[in-house]
Amino acid sequence: MRDVAIVATGMTAFGELWQSSLRDLFVDAALEALDTVGRPRPDSIYVGNMSGGQFVGQEHLGPLMADALGLAGIAATRVESACASGGAAIRTAFYEVASGASDLVLVVGVEKMNDGSDVTDVLASAADQETEVYHGITFPGLYAMIARAHMERHGTTEGDLAAVAVKNHRHGAMNPKAQFRGEITLEQVMTSSMVAEPLRLLHCSPVSDGAAAVLLCPLTRAKEFTDKPVLIRGSGMATSSMALAHRGDPSYLDAVSAAAGRAYEAAGVSPSDLDLAEVHDCFTIAELCVLEAACLAERGEAAALTRAGETTLGGRLPINTSGGLKAKGHPVGATGVAQVIELVEQLRGEAGDRQVPDATLGMAQNMGGSGASSVVHILERV
Amino acid sequence: MPSPRYWREIPSRYRLEAGRCRTCDTVVYPLRRVCPDCGATECERIHLSRFGKVITSTVVHVGPDAFQMEAPYGIAIIETPEGARLMAQVADCEPDELRPGLEVVLEFRKIRREGAAGIICYGHKAVPVAALS
Amino acid sequence: MTGIVGYGAFIPRNRIKSEEIARQWGKDPAVIKRGLLLEEKSVPGLDEDTITISVAAGRSALDRAGIDPTRIGALYIGSESHPYAVKPSGTVVAEALGIGPEVHIADFEFACKAGTEAMFVAFGLVESGRVEYAMGIGADTSQGAPNDALEFSASAGGAAFLFGQRHVLAEVLETYSYTSDTPDFWRREGEFYPRHGGRFTGEPAYFRHVLSATRGILDKSGMKPADFRFAVFHMPNGKFPLAAGAKLGFTREQLDVGWVVSTMGNTYSGSSPTGLAAILDVAEPDDAILITSFGSGAASDSFVLRATELLPERRGRAATVRSMLDGRRRYLTYGEYAKVREKIIVNA
Repeated sequence: MRDVAIVATGMTAFGELWQSSLRDLFVDAALEALDTVGRPRPDSIYVGNMSGGQFVGQEHLGPLMADALGLAGIAATRVESACASGGAAIRTAFYEVASGASDLVLVVGVEKMNDGSDVTDVLASAADQETEVYHGITFPGLYAMIARAHMERHGTTEGDLAAVAVKNHRHGAMNPKAQFRGEITLEQVMTSSMVAEPLRLLHCSPVSDGAAAVLLCPLTRAKEFTDKPVLIRGSGMATSSMALAHRGDPSYLDAVSAAAGRAYEAAGVSPSDLDLAEVHDCFTIAELCVLEAACLAERGEAAALTRAGETTLGGRLPINTSGGLKAKGHPVGATGVAQVIELVEQLRGEAGDRQVPDATLGMAQNMGGSGASSVVHILERV
Repeated sequence: MPSPRYWREIPSRYRLEAGRCRTCDTVVYPLRRVCPDCGATECERIHLSRFGKVITSTVVHVGPDAFQMEAPYGIAIIETPEGARLMAQVADCEPDELRPGLEVVLEFRKIRREGAAGIICYGHKAVPVAALS
Repeated sequence: MTGIVGYGAFIPRNRIKSEEIARQWGKDPAVIKRGLLLEEKSVPGLDEDTITISVAAGRSALDRAGIDPTRIGALYIGSESHPYAVKPSGTVVAEALGIGPEVHIADFEFACKAGTEAMFVAFGLVESGRVEYAMGIGADTSQGAPNDALEFSASAGGAAFLFGQRHVLAEVLETYSYTSDTPDFWRREGEFYPRHGGRFTGEPAYFRHVLSATRGILDKSGMKPADFRFAVFHMPNGKFPLAAGAKLGFTREQLDVGWVVSTMGNTYSGSSPTGLAAILDVAEPDDAILITSFGSGAASDSFVLRATELLPERRGRAATVRSMLDGRRRYLTYGEYAKVREKIIVNA
């Protein structure tokens, strides 16, 4: 397998982008990535997208997007793994380049969620329709059950969860592309309206529109495009039982554990080597569970780590310097790609106020459903 | 919900039909072709008893459109004495009562409706055992 | 011997008090409670209907009978609130109870008499030997228009009776029906609430049919009121069944156990059947029991039953009517009641 590098990135702001359609978002992010390296013609495109079909009634995104970029003719297809679609698209592109099948592959994660669909219903289709959604469960509801289980097992409190939201908003305030650029207080989180007990509105990532693009090529060709390529050092993906009910410990994300383990192994690194990580904090509890499953915290210790400030910018292992899904926004199909872009900026030393000093190795962890799928990438400064 | 999709699930939804793996004894609800634990394909058809206890739960305040009138409603993962786990709403229960370990019984209820003109979809909801008397 | 081999009832746990309804419409609650003898009534949750009530009652009946449900050859559900206008309630109930597919099923409607109608046909098929077991269920989520006198009584619940010829809990000694065309209460196709003839529902309707049917069955069976330990008459309100009993010569003591209306309300097709279930919950071997239903339109069905030695040991297998009336209840405000009874127009 060849070493694979990221040589260009492009990303729209995340938020309620009423003026932009699904394809506008795609084109904005894709063009930005291609233009920064002289608009090369990619060999193929992977579109990470959870549900264009349900959100805006549009399937068949591969040709649609290739066409919109003036690239009709090239290979293009959509990759879907619910909210992990972006990560899964990168992984697919990564293997296409690593295998030698293609030299230049464009990955664009995109989602248009604010277009009048019942977002709760659409997102719920990432859970098991027959045994979960049938009974009226929502995604906040699933993660609320994970939170309750975590509280029961580890003594985690509502305050512990709220601390994650406060931290990620603090980070997001420094990210010009974040949906929420204001800090929030613990009290604001803990008095926000209840969504699914114990999760309140400010424990939840928002409904967002946005797109994020990265361009991959073999490391050996990277210097043709940029002085600062970033190496994809390892990729890992795993699945778990689709229904939350079928997991022995609902508060333990075993797909994340397996995906991270595979990524660490592929990269030949250990969790303690990481300088920062972007993790899938679709809900505050998810960040704590991911830290534990990915061995970034001892089991049951993620809340203590967060309270001690170790996961804040300036702490031992900054988590979600972008603001995370919580503050940056969560256009579901774009999220996995946006996480990787944050790492690229950090590893290039271009993250501005959010810069983690001397960042060398970072992890991006993307997750689908209630944790039924997860994709992990480890990136390294070259 | 299209009625064929609903109809197909009647055995598990109405009668709590589940499967017990003939190789490793794992009980899975609903019945499936392949045991999730050992991969064996020989499953014995069993019916879950209508009892269980709450493993974890929540109270949904913001529900999907189809459940707007029901909110807030409790929902839980329940383990039956056979070892199967399933998700169900919890009815006739005070929010403070809905905690891990709560003993429940499964009652036949309307789960959802397809508007005023579509089919009515039935299944089971959990009710605290304490509500029975 | 043909009779009841299993029985069960179900009453939803929501309640609304007569005071709460009276307050809503500016009526004097004392007048309602004194005039109709109604304290409170059961209210179905948004997730409860005739089908769910029938399944719950039917499961208890099966638990008490302890038979293989596939041996049940007929299932009849009487209700005036079948959830579908077209599509049977009985098929859902049968599948949920594990009955069939070799089974005869029908949904009955005859105002408040549909429950005993289902029992009557189920009993007849078993007695004739046409089927081994048959179940008759009376259940309703009764409709009553807001600000109508019916609103104080129309409630939710039902009872199921499984008939057979072995291991009988209560033998059916006699049946009798009395019927005439009397338009005292009706609901036209597509209408949401029933209409009624006010005081016309009393003398020419309820009393004429209940008294005639009861006198008829007493005559046919050669029994007199004093021969019975318990009797139950259809309970459209608290007052009518007590007045009918008194006119027929029954004492208040004979009526009390089955007179569940003051805290349950009128469960329409489930009314007198649930009263019968409450009686079976306490009856002793050899006790004679009378039930007379009434359905507007109009008719009454009467049954004379005698409890067997087996009844006391079997009834413990399921919940009693009294435990459901006195157990967990949730009291609704009128606003909550209007919501769960879907009397509020929302954007769906």
